[in-house]
Amino acid sequence: MYRYDDFDRQLVHERTEQFREQVKRRLAGDITEEQFRPLRLMNGVYLQLHAYMLRVAVPYGTLRADQLRQLGMIARVYDKGYGHFTTRQNIQYNWPKLDEIPDALLDLAKVEMHAIQTSGNCIRNTTTDQYAGAAADEIEDPRPYCELIRQWSTFHPEFTYLPRKFKIAVTGSPNDRAAVKVHDIGLRMHQNDAGETGFEVMVGGGLGRTPFVGKTIREFIGKNDLFSYLEAILRVYNRFGRRDNKYKARIKILVHEEGIDKIRELVEEEWAQIKDGSLRVDDAEIAHYIEQFAPPAFETLSDDDADFERHKSENRRFANWVRSNVIEHKQPGYAIANVSLKPIGGIPGDATDTQMELVADLSEKYSFGDVRVTHEQNLVLPHVKKADLFAVWSELDKADLGTANLGYVTDIISCPGLDYCALATARSIPLSQRISERFGDLDRQHDIGELKIKISGCINACGHHHVGHIGILGLDKRGKEFYQITLGGDASQDASIGKIAGAGFSEAEVVDAIESLVTKYIDIRESGERFIDTYRRVGMDPFKEVLYGDR
Amino acid sequence: MSLQVVTANRLEDGLVVFLTSDGNWSENINDARIADGKEAADALLAEASAPELDIVIVGPYLIDVEQQGADIVPTKYREVLRTKGPSVREDLGYQAV
Ligand code: SF4
Repeated sequence: MYRYDDFDRQLVHERTEQFREQVKRRLAGDITEEQFRPLRLMNGVYLQLHAYMLRVAVPYGTLRADQLRQLGMIARVYDKGYGHFTTRQNIQYNWPKLDEIPDALLDLAKVEMHAIQTSGNCIRNTTTDQYAGAAADEIEDPRPYCELIRQWSTFHPEFTYLPRKFKIAVTGSPNDRAAVKVHDIGLRMHQNDAGETGFEVMVGGGLGRTPFVGKTIREFIGKNDLFSYLEAILRVYNRFGRRDNKYKARIKILVHEEGIDKIRELVEEEWAQIKDGSLRVDDAEIAHYIEQFAPPAFETLSDDDADFERHKSENRRFANWVRSNVIEHKQPGYAIANVSLKPIGGIPGDATDTQMELVADLSEKYSFGDVRVTHEQNLVLPHVKKADLFAVWSELDKADLGTANLGYVTDIISCPGLDYCALATARSIPLSQRISERFGDLDRQHDIGELKIKISGCINACGHHHVGHIGILGLDKRGKEFYQITLGGDASQDASIGKIAGAGFSEAEVVDAIESLVTKYIDIRESGERFIDTYRRVGMDPFKEVLYGDR
Repeated sequence: MSLQVVTANRLEDGLVVFLTSDGNWSENINDARIADGKEAADALLAEASAPELDIVIVGPYLIDVEQQGADIVPTKYREVLRTKGPSVREDLGYQAV
């Protein structure tokens, strides 16, 4: 796995010490809140409803065992014994004290972690497929490119004050698990006619108050040219992106207002100037990064394991977990094990200190010390021998981490909402808990099949509601929480933005409304159809009918 | 008649606090000084926004409240949550004590 070099280490260390000084000066009254606020935000420190919040970067969602263990320790020492994994593959702590945050950052730096690029109008932490390097369907591990993007973008002098924040996501697989089409830039790895591997570049996707699916600006860019091309896009955005209105400042608005053809023209013009310059990355350098993410020392195994099969036939709960949470690995005899952070009725994405430590231990014992964070707020042990799956599940299960619901209706994305977030207009977690309880029965979940429910507590859409098969947006209507339902969203390679079904529902009504949608789907689905497939076939009307009748 | 109090987050730990009668900041909304009417509210906020308080609290603002028996209760749910803690973790925040 990628390790910091001396430069990275020094950078993070200096940054931590710098922040310690800034906090000291703030507490002594030498700088005002107005001066301090941008400084703390640059270090991932927000002020939320009840306390400060520290957002820690998990670059491209990859963690080593020692890092996750440290995250658990930080939850215990600096917080109240838990953390919250977010749709940005990051972790947030909800209760740190300002004067202790520099120590927390120092403890993070000890395991090569930090809170850089988790806030502010810079290029944020790059996200990618949580199964990178393990997925059977991937062309190549996308993480070497994510790491190159990280190095190119961290403290990039030209792009520290962009018109607005900027998010890049990468997939190395045709099956997009990183929602790349709803990012400012989405990169999809593929091969051109000449058999070279490169990327389709999409630009202007995003959620928030004006959601868009990204548009293809270039069908193919070779690996060597990727970084100069990204630089060209960022330059065009930096120059033409709107700074007059915060709500129109994202690149998606620029692409929407100017049109993709015009933006392409500008980018190509810019690119022509710089493509042969210092940002061209040669094969040797790329190979160096690929080497850093070289596969672990897999054993040569048969893909069938008798014990594994026996456990499945003897233990129905284990078999259920395998059915939903275990994904095919590219290496015979291995599997990808998903650790659900969505126990029935639990808080999506929350993990306790001891749960984090347990997953760290398990990863060390069974998965080459490798753990992933997913944008759907779960964890992954990416390289587990099939023969070890039963042992892994048994341990997870004891710690309430063995829920067999990946991709099902109870595997809900939920942002923190009004329970924590200062920007929220309504709560989202309690709603996710009630939906989870309503559909908690596993047979029922199997019957329903894949169904992605995503909930945001305000229009900022951190809970990705626009791309939920069923999306829920919490709003405030004259002091009362109410919930707007969208249907037909999709974050995958077939990305689409959900459509608003109609008038919102009160807190008391909304779970019944969701259930009526699911019941309708079951009534009218054709064999093999998921909820989203049925919706695409029949459209909004039948669903609207059950929600509103003649209303 | 509209009743208001001033709330903010404490600089040091970010916790929710309310401006009290004696010009201090309390974690308990029942200690808050109530302003009755716009004029009193403006004065209260002006007091809370004094530059020297910048090293005590962050972001003071007025919230609407009601007097319910001995208790002061915010009218907005967001502010009720701030006086208690997350509704999904009743073991945390002020409600836990
Ligand atoms: S969607 Fe809104 S409420 Fe939810 S975390 Fe984002 S800003 Fe907060």
